[in-house]
Amino acid sequence: MIINDEHIKELEDEAIYVMREVAAQFEKKVILFSGGKDSIVLVHLAKKAFWPAKMPFSLMHIDTGHNFEETLKFRDDLAAELGVELIVRLVQDSIDQGKVIEETGINAIRNKAQSVTLLDAIEELKIDVAVGGGRRDEEKARAKERFFSHRNEFGQWDPKNQRPELWNIFNGHKNFGEHFRVFPISNWTELDVWQYIMLEKIKLPELYYTHRRKIFQRNGVYLAWAPFMLLKPSEKVFETDVRCRTIGDITCTGVTLSKADSLEEIVTEIAATRVTERGGRYDDKRSEAAMEDRKKEGYF
Amino acid sequence: MKINGESKYKSLLRFTTAGSVDDGKSTLIGRLLYDSKSIFEDQMDHIVESSKRLGKKDIDLSLLTDGLRAEREQGITIDVAYRYFSTPTRKFIIADTPGHIQYTRNMVTGASTADLAVILIDARKGVLEQTMRHSYIATLLDIRHLVFCINKMDMTGYSEDCFLNIKKTLAGLVKKLNIEDAHYIPISAKYGDNVVEPSTNMPWYTGNTFLHLIETIEIKKNKNSSDARFPVQTIIRPDSKEFHDYRGYSGRVAGGAFHIGDEVTVLPSFLKSKIKSIDSLEKQFKSATAGDSVSLTLEDQIDIGRGDMIVKPGELPQSGNDITLTTCWFNEKPLKSGGRYIVRNYTNETSCVIKSVNYKMNINNLEKVTDDLSINMNDIANISILTAKRLFFDSYRKNNITGSLIFIEEGTNETVAVGMIE
Repeated sequence: MIINDEHIKELEDEAIYVMREVAAQFEKKVILFSGGKDSIVLVHLAKKAFWPAKMPFSLMHIDTGHNFEETLKFRDDLAAELGVELIVRLVQDSIDQGKVIEETGINAIRNKAQSVTLLDAIEELKIDVAVGGGRRDEEKARAKERFFSHRNEFGQWDPKNQRPELWNIFNGHKNFGEHFRVFPISNWTELDVWQYIMLEKIKLPELYYTHRRKIFQRNGVYLAWAPFMLLKPSEKVFETDVRCRTIGDITCTGVTLSKADSLEEIVTEIAATRVTERGGRYDDKRSEAAMEDRKKEGYF
Repeated sequence: MKINGESKYKSLLRFTTAGSVDDGKSTLIGRLLYDSKSIFEDQMDHIVESSKRLGKKDIDLSLLTDGLRAEREQGITIDVAYRYFSTPTRKFIIADTPGHIQYTRNMVTGASTADLAVILIDARKGVLEQTMRHSYIATLLDIRHLVFCINKMDMTGYSEDCFLNIKKTLAGLVKKLNIEDAHYIPISAKYGDNVVEPSTNMPWYTGNTFLHLIETIEIKKNKNSSDARFPVQTIIRPDSKEFHDYRGYSGRVAGGAFHIGDEVTVLPSFLKSKIKSIDSLEKQFKSATAGDSVSLTLEDQIDIGRGDMIVKPGELPQSGNDITLTTCWFNEKPLKSGGRYIVRNYTNETSCVIKSVNYKMNINNLEKVTDDLSINMNDIANISILTAKRLFFDSYRKNNITGSLIFIEEGTNETVAVGMIE
């Protein structure tokens, strides 16, 4: 078991620096908050960056409606504890307003729809920066992402024409109607995030620890079962000990068979794992460039 | 930190890779990740599947780093990609950059945060103009450790003579560029020779494998000078009773160290005070050194804002409006001589006019060009600028943070160029 303090501290210093650059360069600032560990780490870093003042961010959750119940309570409690504004926007509203057509069938997910709701919220609330927990190690399109990622007035990402980013100088200049996505933990890996959570004793939703849950298997991934999910005849629901490696929309978040009930055990498990965390993300398996395409449209 | 009785501290090494399209750079990184067991099963499944779809005979490890659709279709790397892996002794961040001439700017980007540069050379082709270009850019960005990987040794029949000839030519280049620390390794990225495991095909080579070298090489972490530098990012003023009078200056120490009680000078006002506290979340420190993100509070109430710099009285930086620097031009629109740009030096921003282009660098033979002074994308040149506001800075060689700047075009807001102060 290895804890690399020196390296973790350098990543923390870098992320806090980025947070402060965001505070200095933008007006209406939100942290995209999903209730997942990466966004919880972001909130912790923001707390650290501005102490003893309150962080200059609101928390914004783009809610697909397909949640693990526990994460919503965790979200509400955290916002209340910090005394920051919580903005919730529902994908269901965008669907009801006819702005997106929901995917149907067994493999339907609301990931693509989330981008529409997010961009609408950004426009409506005049948000000029959304801070996200994206990491370059997560996925190959994300490996090319900048810390300060410019979005045009349609909220789109142009991977071939990104602003150069050298040293630690971040250019947040923009025209009216454009915005930025900023990723302070770009250089962290999944293991770094877990080690940091352990070192800083950051509180997480219980879902990340082992618990009994009804699950089923689809395309080699274990998915949590929820009453509204459609199953193929061959898919059987059974109950066992699992934990979540990522927490997102319940329809596409895989769970891991695990008995780890402490951060130490989780870090050991992650250090030994041979599958990436997005290996359990059904949304990335859809095509070769699934993430790249979603990002161009305005996804996180 | 001790867990399960074992304790270990890992350091972080950031390196960049350069080489042209066919030198096998992506393959080397793929090989490194594969042989050090940093490729996960689902990523591997993906590569196997993609290799098949693209009609390749062998598994193509370069598919791991080529992320964008266009890159996979054309088999090239068009942007800087960052990769992460770790071994029991070190953690690595790789900035993988494309090598063709039109992407010099990307190489400069990758090099700007690197401690070490890996330069690939095709053993069959030997030292080319681009090798010169890559080595020059690395030294221009103040990278002090260079590793030359002579790749595709398998295609030369693992010839020692071939390796020695290339090494000899490189040694001349190293001398010319004044490179402090250079290493030469014969490898085959495709078959793994001397990447992670020592090659059985080249018993004549007894030096380090590539991985062993980068795991053990000693890197001077704080190559910046010891003069204390603290560029202010934001002012922290809590809106609470408990901290009613708190006024903190947040930033990341860019050089040297600050201790409680140290006398400091604030620039540009030249007002003096003493450090009262060094804070982080509910924690107070006695000192902060280069790299630390903290908040400082001072004994006296003085006017300090973003872009100001807190330093120590005996270690003042240079200052002035008239600055000479080396620029790398990043934008498709050429430099406008006499044109106005926004210039950003650490957290400080002002406007500037390009006063003169002094010379252009021919980066293929390292000669100064003075007869054609038009500066286009990917050009490297020596220029002088005149800033609206007096700047406080160091030379880039002395401090990479206070000595670097970027140029932003008004209107488009694009970062059009970067500069390293002389």
